[in-house]
Amino acid sequence: MLGRTLREVSTALKQGHITPTELCQKCLSLIKKTKFLNAYITVSEEVALKQAEESEKRYKKGHSLGDLDGIPVAVKDNFSTSSIETTCASNMLKGYVPPYNATVVQKLLDKGAVLMGKTNLDEFAMGSGSTDGVFGPVKNPWSYSKQYREKRKQKAHGENEDSNWLITGGSSGGSAAAVAAFTCFAALGSDTGGSTRNPAAHCGVVGFKPSYGLVSRHGLIPLVNSMDVPGILTRCVDDAAIVLGMLAGHDPKDSTTIQDPVKPFTLPTFADVNKLCIGIPKEYLAPELSSEVRSFWSKAANLFESEGAKVIEVSLPHTSYSIVCYHVLCTSEVASNMARFDGLEYGHRCDINVSTEAMYAATRREGFNDVVRGRILSGNFFLLKENYENYFIKAQKVRRLIANDFVNVFNSGVDVLLTPTTLSEAVPYLEFIKEDNRTRSAQDDIFTQAVNMAGLPAVSVPVALSNQGLPIGLQFIGRAFCDQQLLKIAKWFEKQVQFPVIQLQELMDDCSSDFEIEKLSSVSLKQ
Amino acid sequence: MWARAVKLGLRSWVGWRRGFTSKADPQRSGRVTAEVIEHLERLALVDFGSQEAVARLEKAIAFADRLRAVDTDGVEPMESVLEDRCLYLRSDNVVEGNCAEELLQNAHRVVEEYFVAPPGNISLPKQDEQEPFSHI
Repeated sequence: MLGRTLREVSTALKQGHITPTELCQKCLSLIKKTKFLNAYITVSEEVALKQAEESEKRYKKGHSLGDLDGIPVAVKDNFSTSSIETTCASNMLKGYVPPYNATVVQKLLDKGAVLMGKTNLDEFAMGSGSTDGVFGPVKNPWSYSKQYREKRKQKAHGENEDSNWLITGGSSGGSAAAVAAFTCFAALGSDTGGSTRNPAAHCGVVGFKPSYGLVSRHGLIPLVNSMDVPGILTRCVDDAAIVLGMLAGHDPKDSTTIQDPVKPFTLPTFADVNKLCIGIPKEYLAPELSSEVRSFWSKAANLFESEGAKVIEVSLPHTSYSIVCYHVLCTSEVASNMARFDGLEYGHRCDINVSTEAMYAATRREGFNDVVRGRILSGNFFLLKENYENYFIKAQKVRRLIANDFVNVFNSGVDVLLTPTTLSEAVPYLEFIKEDNRTRSAQDDIFTQAVNMAGLPAVSVPVALSNQGLPIGLQFIGRAFCDQQLLKIAKWFEKQVQFPVIQLQELMDDCSSDFEIEKLSSVSLKQ
Repeated sequence: MWARAVKLGLRSWVGWRRGFTSKADPQRSGRVTAEVIEHLERLALVDFGSQEAVARLEKAIAFADRLRAVDTDGVEPMESVLEDRCLYLRSDNVVEGNCAEELLQNAHRVVEEYFVAPPGNISLPKQDEQEPFSHI
């Protein structure tokens, strides 16, 4: 039952094959079994069971709230959830309990979704590995899959299989792992530079980034106000469309949401592939791109062509500057957004009481990790009077050039762009940490951040397994506010590639021995 | 007693900054001078904490310098991707609130309905000050 799609489970609930409480309990028990993945920071067991109970009552009366009623979901821990601790994986917000729900969380709950818990992330969503939060790194469920382990047995014998586990990607790694490991049917992530699509590609799930302005950011603890969007992670494109249908729309509490009426997001079967024009940006053929990803990218393009679509090479000339531009704008906005954490009204507060400045400084030193502090300082540097014009304003100008690149390409008749999501499959944690956070982010965000700068919708769809048995995803980028069309095309593509289901059965059977390994080698997990 | 604890805590921070400027790190380009560091730390109210952090900032700046190569003559800065649309604010009517108690619960130091802050208008100690708070 847990391996089904959201739509299938919803039908099962409506037909009474399973009750919301049973479903909730199955998910809770699986969360316990997969605790070593460290995907969840907080498991809201009591809340979930209560919500499941209420959902059950509704189903019994025949008053279900819709497709999401009774469905277990998870939410990234940078979304405010009323009465449930929200930490952003940071010491600064440990113990912080918001007094309100983020709009997207409220919308899910209003539709009857059952909240399993808050998922792990990089501290304040800064990072591309989900390795830099205070609750420890998230492990990729594929590290424990039959598909990966079988390939490894061919190479290394007698190695402790747990020591070389793989990262999930980030920063919404916990959400991606939670969905990939079947502990929930959908999860919310956030996407500022690729934070939803990157872990989706590494964990073999669908990661969808809506157009900027379509989904409310109220309650999402902000990183970069002009680029953040809530992201949706699910196991198939159709499920993502269902969730998007519940979340999209104007929110009076978020003035950056557009007021246009939102079209329904049901996805009819897409039959007009031969009328499509797919663009392949030539600048995305980076030298660091792994040959496997390149080959799948090429095969995908050929697939569209064989079905009659027009596949053309296009140019986004400012691509090589987009990561630099993103770096400047991101750190600048971060410097401003992180200024609210001073220890006075919420969050961590140090013991120094000599002066407000001393108190703020010490609180922020204790509360933030190196990555966050580094970005704040970089941002402040770029915003200094003498640097403002040369860095910040310059980056804003380059941003316009990048956004215009996309506009020009779409105006030339291209419907959708097809690009890789990541440079390669997921790497082992021990290898990932050899470089620092900023370097990794600059490398890993290369295909994803330009989309955030232009505010376009994009989706990462898992395509196939690599030679090592690990997922590889490809990204589709659509026109602004053409999210439905983008998802229609992605759904068609998903059906063609038939990405294999992760085989975690071995894991479930010998999960007791995994617990032993976990006690020895894990970082402290939140209880 | 708390004053002593404060002095010890702050002294280690001030001590780091003093120690830092006396070393010459061959890896650093010298773009980020001690003056800039002090200025940034004061503005951001976040400290560098180590040589590595300063080196990282220098790398970040070098990375950002690549933007100089882009020709942006006649290009307007872009603040928001939604610049072509009207974005609306809510009307100025009070429809929710009255939750002072709930909000105060998240603060560490509260007296009645006030957030308690330490005294203001006292600047952080400068790098060359020996005893930062001898006047307290």
